[in-house]
Amino acid sequence: MRFFRVALLVLKKDFAIELKSYEILSTTLFFAVSCVAIFSFAFVKDGQAPVDAAAGILWIAIAFSGTLALGRTFERERYGETLKALLLAPAPRPAIYLGKLLGIVTLLFATEIIVVPMVAFLFSAPFFERPLLLVALLGLGTVGYAAVGTLFAAMLVRARTRDVMLPILLYPITIPVIIAGVRGTSALLASPVDEPVAMLWIGLLSFFDVVFVTLSLWTFEPLMTE
Amino acid sequence: MKKLFVPVAAITALMFAYAPIAIANAPYESTMRLVQKIFYFHFPAWMALTVSVTICTVASALYLFKGWAKADRIAVAAAEVTVIFGLFGLVSGSLWGRKAWGVWWQWDARLTMAFLLELIFFGYILVRNYGGPGAEKLAAAMGIFGGATAPFVYKSVDWWRTVHPKTSVMTTLGETSPEMWFVVWFCTFTILLFMGLLLAARIRLEEQRAALDELYLAAED
Repeated sequence: MRFFRVALLVLKKDFAIELKSYEILSTTLFFAVSCVAIFSFAFVKDGQAPVDAAAGILWIAIAFSGTLALGRTFERERYGETLKALLLAPAPRPAIYLGKLLGIVTLLFATEIIVVPMVAFLFSAPFFERPLLLVALLGLGTVGYAAVGTLFAAMLVRARTRDVMLPILLYPITIPVIIAGVRGTSALLASPVDEPVAMLWIGLLSFFDVVFVTLSLWTFEPLMTE
Repeated sequence: MKKLFVPVAAITALMFAYAPIAIANAPYESTMRLVQKIFYFHFPAWMALTVSVTICTVASALYLFKGWAKADRIAVAAAEVTVIFGLFGLVSGSLWGRKAWGVWWQWDARLTMAFLLELIFFGYILVRNYGGPGAEKLAAAMGIFGGATAPFVYKSVDWWRTVHPKTSVMTTLGETSPEMWFVVWFCTFTILLFMGLLLAARIRLEEQRAALDELYLAAED
């Protein structure tokens, strides 16, 4: 129980800081929205969006803005030298990781609330035919992506080349999650909706989530110890 | 280790010299004929990669949890060897695919996952070289996550419908054509020995670098 209390406290701390300025949320959102806008300039011709593009573009926007959010969240900790204080606190390290992860997942969900309707609108994609499946895909995909992202962003706080290294570390490892997300989402866009295929990718996403979260919880402690 | 290096190198050289003869004498596969011969490179390369990925993952975990400096040196050597054999496997597979499937590359499950594995270990080396201080730990995490991907690469052909043959191909080969099966394993063993040599040489280089660093530090004091 103490474990989850610590995680929630870390989450609450991050929320309190973020609610003072809305810095990360607004920059991430703005980035995601401009990303989608650029794709729509590039791909939508004469009001006709290419079939299947919407799913890919949605996930690219999430992945890119996720990288930005991850970098900024930990940059804030580095700037105030607060990560060290956080790690010195008499709390289980994996709980700190979990708190950070919850914060980033919440942030990405907030971004998705704006970006998904925007992609649906610009690419005339019927995302909301099966809302539950869409929520499952987005939720599981975001958790998987953020699980690896939080671990690597936390480790990179100390590295000099952290801005370059985050995408290099993060993208190869999370591509399976992105692929599953894109395939699952495009199954939702098919007419009629291809439910078995979407379910297959949801299952796979849950599997990746379990693997990634377990590995991250397991390696967070030794990775953050100097 | 040092004493074994030269004799093992000699044996490997002999096996390498004999391998083309064995491959040439092996019977032709009924549908692909000559093209199938690339299998004698393709399969051993991926086997060598499997071994080196395993070594890298285990060594990374040992370094991360136990802090053994030696494990770190083994991990970096294994990661570089992995990238080399991954390139071997991807290139030989692509050449074979061009003749057998008519395309150089196809984004199916096995090929995608194999490509990702190569990418992860490429990332490992990039982090190692440009990560600055503390990059060893970052790289170790990369090695562990890479090791977690490897089983997916191996099993992907059984889970999804792909153009790539299934893992059972080797068992059937043992039953239908023991001669070909023997040559495949002979080549695999040769390449594995070669991989071991590369690994040993690379670990030695890393050890000498570490020793040199220590000497520098001692001279500064």
